[in-house]
This record gives sequence, C-alpha cells and structure tokens, in this order.
Amino acid sequence: MDQFLQHLVNAMVLGGAYALLGIGLTLIFGIMNVVNFTHGALYTFGAYAMYIAAVSLGLNFFVALPVAIVAGLALGALIELVLLRPMRGADIDTTMLVMIGAGIILQSGTLWTFGGVAKSVPAPFPDAPLELGPVSISWLRLFVLLAAATLIACAYAMINGTRLGRAMRATFQDADTAALMGVNVKLIYTATFALGSSLAAAAGALLGPVYVIFPQMGDLAAVKAFAIVILGGLGSISGATIGGFILALAEEFGAGYISSGYRDAMGFLIILAVLLAKPTGLFARAERVG
Amino acid sequence: MSTFRIASIAALALGLAAAPAFAADTIKIGVNEPLTGPFAASGAYVVNGARIAADEINAKGGVLGKKIELVIEDNKSNPTEAAAVAEKLITSDETPVMMGAWGSSLTLAVMPKLEEYEVPMLVETSSSGKITTSGNPFVFRISPPSALEAEAFAPMVPKLGMKKADFLVINNDWGRGAAADFGKMLKAGGVEVGLVETMDAGAQDMSAQLAKIKGTDADTLMITAAVDQLTLVFKQMAAMGVKKRVVTTGGSQNPDQIVAQAGAAAEKTLHLTTFLPWDPAKTPDPKATEYFLAEWKKRGHPFAGATESFRGYDGIRTIAAAIEKAGAAEPKAIQKAFWEVKLTGLNGPIAFAKSGPEGKESGQSKPGVYLIEIADGQIGEAKL
Repeated sequence: MDQFLQHLVNAMVLGGAYALLGIGLTLIFGIMNVVNFTHGALYTFGAYAMYIAAVSLGLNFFVALPVAIVAGLALGALIELVLLRPMRGADIDTTMLVMIGAGIILQSGTLWTFGGVAKSVPAPFPDAPLELGPVSISWLRLFVLLAAATLIACAYAMINGTRLGRAMRATFQDADTAALMGVNVKLIYTATFALGSSLAAAAGALLGPVYVIFPQMGDLAAVKAFAIVILGGLGSISGATIGGFILALAEEFGAGYISSGYRDAMGFLIILAVLLAKPTGLFARAERVG
Repeated sequence: MSTFRIASIAALALGLAAAPAFAADTIKIGVNEPLTGPFAASGAYVVNGARIAADEINAKGGVLGKKIELVIEDNKSNPTEAAAVAEKLITSDETPVMMGAWGSSLTLAVMPKLEEYEVPMLVETSSSGKITTSGNPFVFRISPPSALEAEAFAPMVPKLGMKKADFLVINNDWGRGAAADFGKMLKAGGVEVGLVETMDAGAQDMSAQLAKIKGTDADTLMITAAVDQLTLVFKQMAAMGVKKRVVTTGGSQNPDQIVAQAGAAAEKTLHLTTFLPWDPAKTPDPKATEYFLAEWKKRGHPFAGATESFRGYDGIRTIAAAIEKAGAAEPKAIQKAFWEVKLTGLNGPIAFAKSGPEGKESGQSKPGVYLIEIADGQIGEAKL
C-alpha cells in the first residue's frame, strides 16, 4: 500500500508536466491544422532558456521561470511568422517537412551552442523531501505540480473566458466563417502557435531543474506529447489534460507492478487499446461536416 | 566552352588521382564513437583523448615513418548507425584498424562487420562480457568486462558489510550484463540479490523503479548507467528518501560531473572506476598521467572528462604500438601484432590475453579497478 501511494504521487507530478506538453501540441493542431514537429525542440528550448536565465544570468529561480516561458512565447511567434505564415494554405505534408527541418535546426543549434554535456539548474528548495507518512515527495516536484496546474488553469481561463480565446475557438470551428465575422485569423494563428510553444517551453523550464538538460531531451518528450494528444483526441484540450495523467499513471504503475524495462511501452499499449476501441481518441469533439 | 569542359574534367581527374596519393602519406585509424545522442558527452571525451595521443605520436615522428590520421565518425549512440559507420570506415576510408564504439550494444553491432571485412578493432570502453566471449578474433579490449570488474570488487564486499543488494541497470547489453556478472559474484560471496530493475537509455524519470527499491530490505543498490542518468538517479533517490549504500559500476560515471550536478545527493556514493586522475602519483605511470592531464587541461577540456578520455588516449597508443609491431598498416598484420603489444597504459599494463572459444579468441587486457568514494564533495579512494 505504501508503494502504491508513492507511485500515485509520482504519477500526479509527472502527469502535470505531461498535460502541459499535450495541451500545447493539441492547441496548435486543433486550431491551425499544423503537426508541430518543433514541439520537442521548444521543450528543450524552454529548459535551456531556464538555464541561461537562472545560471548564466544568475536570476532568481522564480524570476527565471517566467522569463523562460516568455522566451518560448517569442520563439513560437517567430517560427509562426517566418515559417508558417508564408506556408499557409500549403499542403499539410509540406508544412510537416518544414517543421521537421526546423526541429532539426533547433536541436543541432542547441548542441552546437551548448555542447553535449548535460547541464543542471539548481532549485531553491530544501534537499530533504517532504515526508507524508510513507510517501516522500521533493519540494521541487511539488512546486512543478502546482505550477503546471496553475498554467493549465490559466490556459483554460484564457481560451474559455477571453475575447482572444473566443476568437480562437471560433477559428477552430470554422476558420472561413470566423474570418467573415471579423476575426483576424492571421493574428489568431500567430497567437495560438506562440501560446502552444510557450506551454512546451514551460514544461521544459519546469522539468529541466528536476532532471538534467541536454540537447536531445526533447525527443522523448515529443513522442510522449504526440501520444497524449492521440490519446485525448486531436484538438481536445481537456482530452490532453486527462491524457497526460493517464499516460503518467500507466507508466508509473506499469513500471512499478509489471516491468520497469517496458516503462515507456506501457503508455503506447494504452494508446493502441484506445485507438482500437475509439479511433478518434477519448475526448475528441465531433467533427463538423460540410 | 568545350575547352573549359575538357579542362575541368582534366582537373577533376587529376584531383581524384591526387587524393589517394596524399592519403598514402598517412596511416588512417578509424574512430567510431557516439558524438550525438544520449552518450554524446562521453563519446566526445574519448575522441578528444584520442586526439591527444595522435598529436603526441605524430610530434615524435609518427608510426613507421608516417603520420597517423584519425578518421572520426559519429555513430549517433545508435547500434545500427555504429555498424554503418564501421562499414564506411573500412570500405570507403580503407582504415586498416579501428577504435570504438563506446557502448556495449554499439560495439556488439559493429562486431559482425569486423568478421566480414577482417579488420581488427580496439574496444576502449564497453563492459559487456559478450564482446570478448563470443568468438570474434578481431576484437581487442582494454576496458574491463563486467566479470573482471566484479572479480576486483569481490574482496571489498565483506569489508563494506553487504548483506543484500538490489540492482538498477540501464536496459541494454552493458547494464543487463553487469547485473548478471555482479549478481553471480555476490551470490558466490553469500550476499543475497534482491530486485533487478532496468531503465531505458534515454529515460529521465526513474521514480517508479526507485519507489519499488525503496520498499525492499536490501542494504545496497548497485547501479550501472552512464553519468547523466546516474545524476538523475541520485537526485531522485534523495527526493524520494531512498537511503541505501550505492555502488556504481562500468567506469563511465565521471565522478566530478556527478559532484557538480547531483551535489549533496551524491554524498557517500561509491564508484568502481578504472583511472585515478585525482591522484596521478597513485597511477601506474605517473609521468604519463601528468602529461595527459596537463595536455587535457591545455586544450580547454573539463577535468571531469578525464575519466572517460583516458580510454581514447590509451586506445590510440595501443593501436599505434600494434601498427609499429606489425611493420605495415595492414589489417591482418595489425591483428596479429595486437597479441604481442605490451605497454603501460594510464590504468595499468596493457597486454592481451586470450578470451572466448578456442581458435577464435578475442583479446582482453586486464586494467586496474579502483573503488572511489564521494565524501564532502571530494573524490578519493574509498577507505575500507
């Protein structure tokens, strides 16, 4: 039972970060119909931005975090303006290839700039974990969970409660009609991509101090983000949130009670099962026809 | 226009003809290391160590009157790529001998290519027992296989007071091999073996495995992984309050990087290493160690990398000695000459003993193995 609780706590912490990754990706896909292959690179970028802000520039940890998130926002906006805006209306495969290329450039650029040796970001939390009976949780991970929950709540509030959010949802439902109703669709695309990117960067900036930072860290994160999005249903934000937690639970309990060698395979087994039973994902919104 | 075309074709032909003539002035040594992917940092260290050896040898006039030339290729930490790189080095660069490929799974993937083309390879880092027991006569290894490492660790086990050990190993030939060899040694010494947990090479979160390990009554956790993953394991152990003695194996732990990145979480951990750069006077060839460390520093490489890069340095020196003995830069002659090589490496005498099935033996050298401890952020030999 003690072990069960520890696994549960671990899964909750991991799930928060997974949800952030998933929401960013699903948002971009749902609204822009772009398969964002730079998502992993943006996650890595967020972690390195955190490293530059907190270690190289010596900023306070809690100041460095928003700096890294804003840097992700800016990079996302830049990618949209330079690469995606001229490609609008192009074939989805063409866009995909461009994004794969951009991802490779970002990753190689990181390797070139920082080298392959992993970096770490010290966090201003006590080393001793918080002990709740048989369960231990590090203060840093607790902070990551709370920060992720806050960011997810902010993203929800923004999408459901603001004019920009309403315009985004309108664009998601039908871009042409939204444009006719006076929505500046171009601006919505830039805002969406920047927002999605900043969420990936936030996940990287939060998890960077928990793990270590290295140029290829985004590869596995990207695979998981895609898995979460497929699990939750393409374009569904609540699906991505719940999908993130389902993946974390599957990995944690699969590794704990079945086999740690297959930890990363557990999530994909669930995805296979979901795709067989409900091919559109668990929470996909019904597609508009016509 | 046509004169220009003829001229350019002539120039091209001349260029092509000139290329091999230039190449014949040097002796090529293929270097097959992971320069990108999860093992990028370690592979780069080995390559930079190899460069020091090559420059030192060339400054002294080279080998057989020719300069040596390292042909360095990136195997991307990927076994399939490692095999492709070996094929490229042999067929396109025509290297008569190679060094590689850091990881056990990478080296094992290269080995069939060695048999196919009959080109010898010096293995500088890999620990899996399979490399020198599977009957590949083109393999010469200077790093200790897990069984040798376990054998060196055996007399220290009772001194540490170990009763029961769990294992947490990287899920590849290296990790699983280490778990098997150390497990066998411990059982023979009356130490119980508990859980054997694995983690994927790129995995960053080991909380599930550690939650399981936390619940056992084992007093020691044996870990086999590369340095980045070790850092994570230590941090996560501290975060989850896992309090057990830790012993790491494999010689790719890079203790300075661990101290720098895991900090207090690495306190009191024990590490089996094959080189003592912290105390050059205690190494088998203090002068060579000091030269190597000075040169390493002069080139601006981090001290932390020395525990990894010395293998590249020793590897190239061993290969050069074999070419010298062979009297010709040809695969067959070099393969034969490896058996007669004798030199003092930075971690002990290098000489190859036969290992594996009769008639197809691989060469295995027996380097020194040391147990070091991190105490108060300082690295030193463990006091037993």
